[in-house]
Amino acid sequence: MRIFAIVKRILAELLRDKRSLALMLLAPILIMWLMNIMFSANSDTKIKLAAVDVPQIVQKNLEKTSDVSIVEYSSQTVAKEKLQENKIDALIVYREKANTYNVTYTNTDATKTALTKQALNVALTKEKITGLSQAIQKLEVIINNINPTSTKSLFVTAGNKTKINSYYKYGNSDTNFFNKIVPILMGFFVFFFVFLISGMALLRERTSGTLDRLLATPVKRSEIVFGYLISYGMVSIVQTTIIVLATIWLLKIEVVGSILSIILISVLLAMVALAFGILMSTLAGSEFQMMQFIPLVVVPQIFFSGIIPLDSMATWVQYIGKVLPLTYTGDALTKIIMYGDGLNQLIGDIIALLIFLLVLVALNVVGLKRYRKV
Amino acid sequence: MKYVVYLKQIRKKFDKQVVLREINLVVKKGEILGLIGPSGAGKSTVIKTMLGMEKADGGEAFILATTMPNRKILGRIGYMAQSDALYETLSAKANLEFFAKMKGISKEQLTNEITHVARIVDLSTSLNRRVSEYSGGMKRRLSLAIALLGSPELLILDEPTVGIDPALRKKIWQELGILRDAGTSILITTHVMSEAELTDRVALLLHGNIIADDSPQNLEKQYAVESIEEVFLKAEESEELR
Ligand SMILES: Nc1ncnc2c1ncn2[C@@H]1O[C@H](COP(=O)(O)OP(=O)(O)O)[C@@H](O)[C@H]1O
Ligand SMILES: [Mg+2]
Repeated sequence: MRIFAIVKRILAELLRDKRSLALMLLAPILIMWLMNIMFSANSDTKIKLAAVDVPQIVQKNLEKTSDVSIVEYSSQTVAKEKLQENKIDALIVYREKANTYNVTYTNTDATKTALTKQALNVALTKEKITGLSQAIQKLEVIINNINPTSTKSLFVTAGNKTKINSYYKYGNSDTNFFNKIVPILMGFFVFFFVFLISGMALLRERTSGTLDRLLATPVKRSEIVFGYLISYGMVSIVQTTIIVLATIWLLKIEVVGSILSIILISVLLAMVALAFGILMSTLAGSEFQMMQFIPLVVVPQIFFSGIIPLDSMATWVQYIGKVLPLTYTGDALTKIIMYGDGLNQLIGDIIALLIFLLVLVALNVVGLKRYRKV
Repeated sequence: MKYVVYLKQIRKKFDKQVVLREINLVVKKGEILGLIGPSGAGKSTVIKTMLGMEKADGGEAFILATTMPNRKILGRIGYMAQSDALYETLSAKANLEFFAKMKGISKEQLTNEITHVARIVDLSTSLNRRVSEYSGGMKRRLSLAIALLGSPELLILDEPTVGIDPALRKKIWQELGILRDAGTSILITTHVMSEAELTDRVALLLHGNIIADDSPQNLEKQYAVESIEEVFLKAEESEELR
């Protein structure tokens, strides 16, 4: 069988090509590891505030908030200078007459601004509650003096803190935006690496002239395409498994569904990427041109694939998302990881990916006509 | 049809550049036809259009009595491209095995075939080495060996002797002679005029036309010169005067 001879040859070539092998198998781990560092470092934002004429009780409340430190200034001018020099993240000025807090933010980091707003709100609410509970206590004393026994139990609770217990359907209190995009990023990396390697491989075959030589034998065009699909498909199973496991372990992602389903969907995506890479390589004249496709056709996929919720966008944008394979894997992987869906619930996504694969393979077989007319 | 190759009014242009105006050419059974012309004359283009790798803009090509392009016929043709086109990271043997399988040579014959063609090009002792370790000449020979796999009825060799030392070049021409005597038809291109003397018939390709087509001896007589090189120069002159 010619297909198997082609598969054998491609695998033999690949095993000798240590650089490509490393790129395919080690680079995804490296990137996931870097992301792990990046996103775990980001979790504790500390803010520094300056206060002018802010009541002591509010200042205390602010200070009690974790990751918030506060410095009091007697004059506004000094405090403003500090703000200019970026030494503090926000300046809070209280005008007693108008009972107004004027807050100036550095606003160079949106997270810090948001945190400041939140902390101030909490502090002010607390102040009100404290005031209220003090009033209640005073009231209690008065009432007690009138009738020592009857109402006691009523006000005991007022001094107690209300406790909130949080339960999470998925993940824990650390679950954030990042967890939501991990399935999409994982799909993206599978797509990216397989696209690049397979595209480069066929391109090299073309520029070295071996494709011409191959096409000068009675080999069928489809045999070449399937030879590539099978050999790189085998490699991509290994690669995808590595990416999936590295993501889950390194980034400590909680998977509600089955890891096997994740790998299956990813391998399907890898096959689509493979066919897509091969197709794009027929349009590229050199390896550099192949690289130029990355910002053009690979990177945009990431924006349409669910990182930003598509249903909030214009209809035409939603239609673009529908013709990109990453949309379907992003959806499927999210459902497996976060909701524990089984493959039978993802049949729509799977069919969409299979259609992509079928169309791309057919286009490839026809596309090779550029290099041999029969 | 008695011709192994029959090209009828083949035309080909790339964008606006007309490369082949009207090519009429035949290769008979058991002869060596030399397609001669300077670099860029369109020799490789003639070959690629007749094999179906480029689409002709007009005309017809028949190989072994079949209208080209035709995939099955390719199994009966040995083609050696101008570039070496080898899998550099693999051994010479792996290259030969791969292309043998592509040509549809059976498992039983595989080893025999490889030994046979390796002996012809004098590579028997270095078959297990990687192609990337080969010298330019060795790559050329391996490339030729691949074309010889499966004893094709028609050999199409695009500048096969470029970068090969004179001793081996002579040996290869001898071998081509033996193949020809055994009934193989050979179409060979070269821009080395001295090699043209070794062919049975020469076709001069210039400005997209075959400007002369005869045996080297007849051509030299016709132009009253000593060598094909001079024939070529004279033919070029008269072409330009026209
Ligand atoms: N794929 C191509 N696209 C555009 N021009 C080409 C292509 N192939 C060949 N040519 C042009 O056609 C002419 C003939 O090329 P070629 O057949 O390779 O010449 P030769 O083999 O005689 O040296 C050259 O001018 C070359 O630039
Ligand atoms: Mg050429």
